[in-house]
Amino acid sequence: MFATDMSPSAASPPRSAHALDDVQPKSMHFGEPLPLTSGSRLADYALVYETYGTLAPDRSNAVLVCHALNAGHHAAGTYGGDPTTQGWWDNLIGPGKPLDTERFFVISINNPGSCFGSTGPMHPNPDPAAHGRRYGADFPVVTVEDWVDAQARLIDALGITQLAAVIGGSLGGMQALSWALRYPTRLRHCIAVATAPNLSAQNIAFNEVARRAIITDPDFHGGHFYEHDVVPRRGLRVARMIGHITYLSDDAMETKFGRYTQEAALGYSTQNIEFRIEGYLRHQGDKFSEYFDANTYLLITRALDYFDPARAHGGDLTATFATACCRFLLVSFTTDWRFAPARSREIVKALVDNRLDLGYAEIAAPHGHDAFLLDDPRYHAVLRARFNAIAREGTAGALGLARPLAIVPATAAVGVAETSADGFGAPATDRARSPADLRRTPSADPAATELDSPVSRT
Amino acid sequence: MSDRKDIELIAELVPPGARVLDLGCGRGELLALLRDRRGCSGYGIEIDDANVLACEQRGVNVIQLNLEEGLALFEDQSFDVVLQLDTLQHLRNTETMLRETARIGRTGIVSFPNFAHWPNRLHVAAGRMPVTRVLPYQWYDTPNIRVGTYADFEVLARKDGLHILDSFGIQEGRVVRRWPNLLASVAVFKFERS
Repeated sequence: MFATDMSPSAASPPRSAHALDDVQPKSMHFGEPLPLTSGSRLADYALVYETYGTLAPDRSNAVLVCHALNAGHHAAGTYGGDPTTQGWWDNLIGPGKPLDTERFFVISINNPGSCFGSTGPMHPNPDPAAHGRRYGADFPVVTVEDWVDAQARLIDALGITQLAAVIGGSLGGMQALSWALRYPTRLRHCIAVATAPNLSAQNIAFNEVARRAIITDPDFHGGHFYEHDVVPRRGLRVARMIGHITYLSDDAMETKFGRYTQEAALGYSTQNIEFRIEGYLRHQGDKFSEYFDANTYLLITRALDYFDPARAHGGDLTATFATACCRFLLVSFTTDWRFAPARSREIVKALVDNRLDLGYAEIAAPHGHDAFLLDDPRYHAVLRARFNAIAREGTAGALGLARPLAIVPATAAVGVAETSADGFGAPATDRARSPADLRRTPSADPAATELDSPVSRT
Repeated sequence: MSDRKDIELIAELVPPGARVLDLGCGRGELLALLRDRRGCSGYGIEIDDANVLACEQRGVNVIQLNLEEGLALFEDQSFDVVLQLDTLQHLRNTETMLRETARIGRTGIVSFPNFAHWPNRLHVAAGRMPVTRVLPYQWYDTPNIRVGTYADFEVLARKDGLHILDSFGIQEGRVVRRWPNLLASVAVFKFERS
C-alpha cells in the first residue's frame, strides 16, 4: 500500500558516512536580553542545540525541530555510538529516515526554561539583587512565542534566513504553528503533529493537578529547593504519573496492562502495588523524578496553558492565520484524547478559510498521544512524502511566497558567541552545564517496555 | 470509473483558475490535472490512508475526513466548484451531501454509475443484478450503497432546488448527449443552487 515510500532502504537505512553516532551538542550565548510575552525579559542566556546533516551552500535546506514537554535538544543520533543515548525523535531523523539528514540540515534547540542545558531555573540569576542565587521560582514565565523568538535568534546567528520547514509534535507542534504566525516568511513548511490551537479546560486541569503535586511537595521550598539540596521527587513522580495516563489511549492501556496483577494471589493491601499498571506508573514517576527539574515542569506546563494565538484576535482562529503564508502539514491520531483530531480540524478550518496550502492526515493509530513519537508506517510515510516534496522543490518554494522575506530583527544576532559544548564558558557555579550534563537528556531506554520508550510528550 | 479520459472530460467543466473542492478525491489525479492544466487551486477530501498518502506524494492539498461526518469545516459558497466524482453512490446520506455541495460551491459537479445503462437493464430483465466494468461488484459486496440512474438524478435535483447547468453521459471515454440514460455507463451533472 505504501510501496513507493517504504522501500527496503527506508526501512533499514544503510550505514552512512554521516550516521549520527557522534552527535555533539553545542551552546550559543546571547548577550542581548530576550523580551518576553509577560513583559519581563531574559537577560544573558544560552541555548544548547544540536545539528544533524550539512547546511547547503545557499542555506536553503534547514529544518527546525521543536521539542515537547520533557525532551530537549538531543532529538536524533547517539553520543559516541552509545545506543542508550538515542535521541527522542531518532526514528524520524537520520540518514535515509523520513527527515533525511543526507538532504536536510536539521536543527534542534533546547528551549529556555528547560533543564537540559539551556538557561533555566537551576542556573544563577544574573540580576544583581539575586546575589548569585539560582533562579528557582524567579525564572521568568516563558511562552511558546518566547521560545520561538529565542529559536529565531539562533537561526539568525546560523545565517539562515528561511527554514525549509519547522516541525514539532504536541507542544512542539504549537511552536511550529507559532513560527508560521510570528515569522510567516521565514519558513516554507509548517509541520504540526498531534497539536491544538490551545488547551481545553480538561487539559489545563491535568496540568494544574501536576503542578499542585509539585508545589505542595514539602521539598519544593517555594521553588528554591536547590539551596536546600533536595528535589521535590514526590511531586514530580505524581505529575509524571498523571501525564502518562493521559498520553495513552484507554485501549492501549487495556491491551498492555489490563487487570494483570503483580502476583498471582491478591495481597489485599491498600498501599502496595497490586496491579501492573500501578507498577508501570510508579516506575515512570521514579525515572522522571531522577532527571527532570520541578521548576521546569511548572514553566513548561504553563507555556502549554498560555498558548492561544487566537486570543489576540477575539478567539477567531481564521483571523489569526490571516498573515500566515507557508504550506502546512497537520497530523493527528484518532485515539489521542489529549490532543484530539477535532482540535487539529479547528486549525485545518482556519487554514482553509485563508486558502492556505495544507495536507491533513488523521492516522488511525491505537497508541493515543504517544503515537506522535512512534513510527507508525502510515504516519511516517506521510512525513516522508512531505519531506521528499520539500527536497524536490528546493528554494523554488521560497520564490512562490506572496510576501517578501522578513527583515531580520536588528536585535537578533547581537552578542552571539557560538561555542561548542566543550568550550562552553559557563560560570564555575553552573554545574548543570558541563558537557556531560548537556548530554543528560532522557533517551530511549532499550530495556524499557514498548510503552516505556517514548520520552517526549505533550 | 476514474478513467483518465473520464477525468479529462470532467475537468473541462471546471473554469480555468477556479477554486475547487474535490469530495472523495481518491489519489488526487483530478486535482493535479486541474492545477497543472487549468491553474486551479483548492483541496481534496479523502478518507482512505493510501489515497491520502498518494495525494501528499503528488503535492495535492488533501484533508483526511469522513464525508459522512459532514462538511461543517467549509463556509457557504467558499468554492467556485465542488466536485463529487464517483463518490455519491458510496455515501449513506447522499441527499445531505448533495445539499452540502450546493451550499459550499457556487457550482457542483457530480458523476456516478448510471444504473439504467442498457446492459444493466438486460441483467435486471434477465433476473440478475448487473456486474459490469463500471459496476464490477456482486450485489452482496458492492460499496455502491446508493444505485441510481441518470433520470433519477434529474428528479432529485429538481426536488432539492438544484438548477442543472449541463449534463451528459460518458461511455468508453466519449461524451453521450443522446439518450444518456440508456447509452452511458456514467452520468455527469453540473448544477447550481436555483
